[in-house]
Amino acid sequence: MKKAIISAALGAAAIGMVATGATAATLDDVKAKDFVQCGVSQGLAGFSNPDDKGNWTGMDVDVCRALAAAIFGDATKVKFTPLSAKERFTALQSGEIDVLSRNTTWTATRDTSLGLNFAGVNYYDGQGFMVRSSLGVKSALELSGASVCTNTGTTTELNVADYFRSNKMEYELVAFEKADEVVAAYDAGRCDVFTTDQSGLYSQRLKLTNPGDHVVLPEIISKEPLGPVVRQGDDQWFNLVKWTHFAMVNAEELGVSSANIGEMMGSDNPAVKRLLGSEGAFGEALGVGNDWAANIIKMVGNYGEVFDRAVGPDTPLKIERGVNALWSDGGLQYAPPIR
Amino acid sequence: MSIQDAGHVDDQAKVAFFNDPKVRSWAYQIILVLFLGWVIWSIRENVSANLEAQNIATGWGFLGTTAGFSILQKLVFYTEASSYGRALWIGLLNTFLIAFLGVIFATILGFIIGIARLSSNWIVAKVAMVYIEVVRNLPLLLQIFFWYFAALRALPGKREKASFLDTIHLNITGLKMPAPVFGEGSSIVGIAVLAAIGGIFFLRRWAKKRQEEKGEQFPVFLTSLGLLFFLPLIAFFAAGQPIGLEHPVFSETGPMIRRGFALNTGLSLSPEFIALFLALVTYTAAFIAEIVRAGIMAVDKGQSEASHALGVSNNFTLRLVVIPQAMRVIVPPLISQYLNLTKNSSLAVAIAYPDLVAVGGTILNQTGQAIEIVTLWMVIYLTISLSISMVMNWYNRSIALVGR
Repeated sequence: MKKAIISAALGAAAIGMVATGATAATLDDVKAKDFVQCGVSQGLAGFSNPDDKGNWTGMDVDVCRALAAAIFGDATKVKFTPLSAKERFTALQSGEIDVLSRNTTWTATRDTSLGLNFAGVNYYDGQGFMVRSSLGVKSALELSGASVCTNTGTTTELNVADYFRSNKMEYELVAFEKADEVVAAYDAGRCDVFTTDQSGLYSQRLKLTNPGDHVVLPEIISKEPLGPVVRQGDDQWFNLVKWTHFAMVNAEELGVSSANIGEMMGSDNPAVKRLLGSEGAFGEALGVGNDWAANIIKMVGNYGEVFDRAVGPDTPLKIERGVNALWSDGGLQYAPPIR
Repeated sequence: MSIQDAGHVDDQAKVAFFNDPKVRSWAYQIILVLFLGWVIWSIRENVSANLEAQNIATGWGFLGTTAGFSILQKLVFYTEASSYGRALWIGLLNTFLIAFLGVIFATILGFIIGIARLSSNWIVAKVAMVYIEVVRNLPLLLQIFFWYFAALRALPGKREKASFLDTIHLNITGLKMPAPVFGEGSSIVGIAVLAAIGGIFFLRRWAKKRQEEKGEQFPVFLTSLGLLFFLPLIAFFAAGQPIGLEHPVFSETGPMIRRGFALNTGLSLSPEFIALFLALVTYTAAFIAEIVRAGIMAVDKGQSEASHALGVSNNFTLRLVVIPQAMRVIVPPLISQYLNLTKNSSLAVAIAYPDLVAVGGTILNQTGQAIEIVTLWMVIYLTISLSISMVMNWYNRSIALVGR
């Protein structure tokens, strides 16, 4: 009773983050409402971007689709909530969304003091700089005296301060709340430099008037491990999100893809059998069906497929696998075994 | 109460203590206060209990930790190594700056347009009317975007400039002016300015007294202007020109990235500030113009006719008869326009002007302490608004009609 009154009062006060802050089983709630509520960006090509019909695509979107495939065996049972950088954590804390998959950097502060948990890394990124090629700049170390456009409330803002300060370079920071305004201001010539995660630079470059007139500098000045985020204190849900990503990485490593999953179902390889659920009861332990991983691969694909489809060399973004290659290919994507 | 008892009631009615209206009203007040206190207390308790259960950091300790981000416009010292508390202070000062300048210029522009709207010149009146109707009916955020993005594109690029008398320059990075550099002895000039202001004050009193006694007028305005200009000028040369000018440095050679205006040279107004300032001033001025028009029209026509009949000039009629009476109508709605302008300045967040809301939002995101930041915002805006109300209400009382 007391809680109910308080909820109403707080809701009215528009603080809203407290009363509904569910520590209860998110998985049960998700099953009950029959869809996953997924927090994404307001439009970042390759990661989470709506097309003209309102269909979302991208790597971060596929994390949520994979989750829905694992839970419901139906990758379309997802609803997306576009969030600004500033809103994202409050939306997750308050229970407005079930999972945040919005190119969010895993940092110590966010992991420890926001009541959140990072469920793995689906893209290893780093902060870079983009400039007009007409400036003739070859290295970020030549950027002293520049005006720098970026988003507020991001790790980017802090990294750029560290970088310019430690290299004793002068700069002027123009920080906008929305990514679109950063692009517009940079495009208008307000700034010499546009800085954000390097993948974001490739993605935002597509929105500029003449994308060909801009170059991304080679320096990467920070580590930006991006991954899905869940609320702290719900281990079952945390495990499910974490293993959804691991299943996709394991599938790529084992050579299971959406194209060959039919024949792989009959594979003799015990690791493949465990992944696809014909051996063991790993899905049950996660609170979903044993065909969870098979559904993910069938409906969304393995990690490599998702990467190539969203940001790979054949897309406008043209990003190489680089550090996001499997560990066996010299990259950082490594998933614990399913056994 | 029985009929027999009525005989015992003397001039002081004896009612049961719980029926005493005084006691009752007090009791209700106390119960209400206790109830409100309980509501606030339990909200607080619940919030902190829930936040703790969710492992979300709470408290005000974060204000002392290092901010680590840079701010575009800082009126006082701030670096990335300063604290979050300091960063908020910078944001608050930026809000003060835009609100203060905005209120002054919106008032001036609003009065001019309001009077122009009543002009007997057809073109002037219609131009003022069109201005008011257009500006007043477009959303403010749209106007801010217009000034920022449309005007930004029209300005010369970063490596070029448009100059006025070779001292004031304009390009996409803002308005660049020479900054005053105060050398040794510049305090003498400051003292001269204060002396001039003091002198004007006494001059006005003396001139008024003389006019009341002898009916002679003295050119107070021109003398004041001269005093304010020449006294500091004499002091400036007498002290050996202690105030210099630091011009913004513009380079046209060297690597492309270093061309244009060097950072932190001269005095610079960012395009974000200019856009927000223009949008707030033009928008609020349209409302003030209507208030001024209403105020002037509220003064009976007979007042100016009487004044003219006494041979008072048009100018003096407006200044001494119409406006003082109109002010009584103008000031109360003017207060709410000032409050609106101050609160609207928080739209700065859309175009990267680092006001209180923008800086607070950054801090909110870096620390995740939403409740603390939102509370701070509300308390600060409430304080600013109440202070403006207080000052303006005091002014309103001072010009109000005094009953004799």
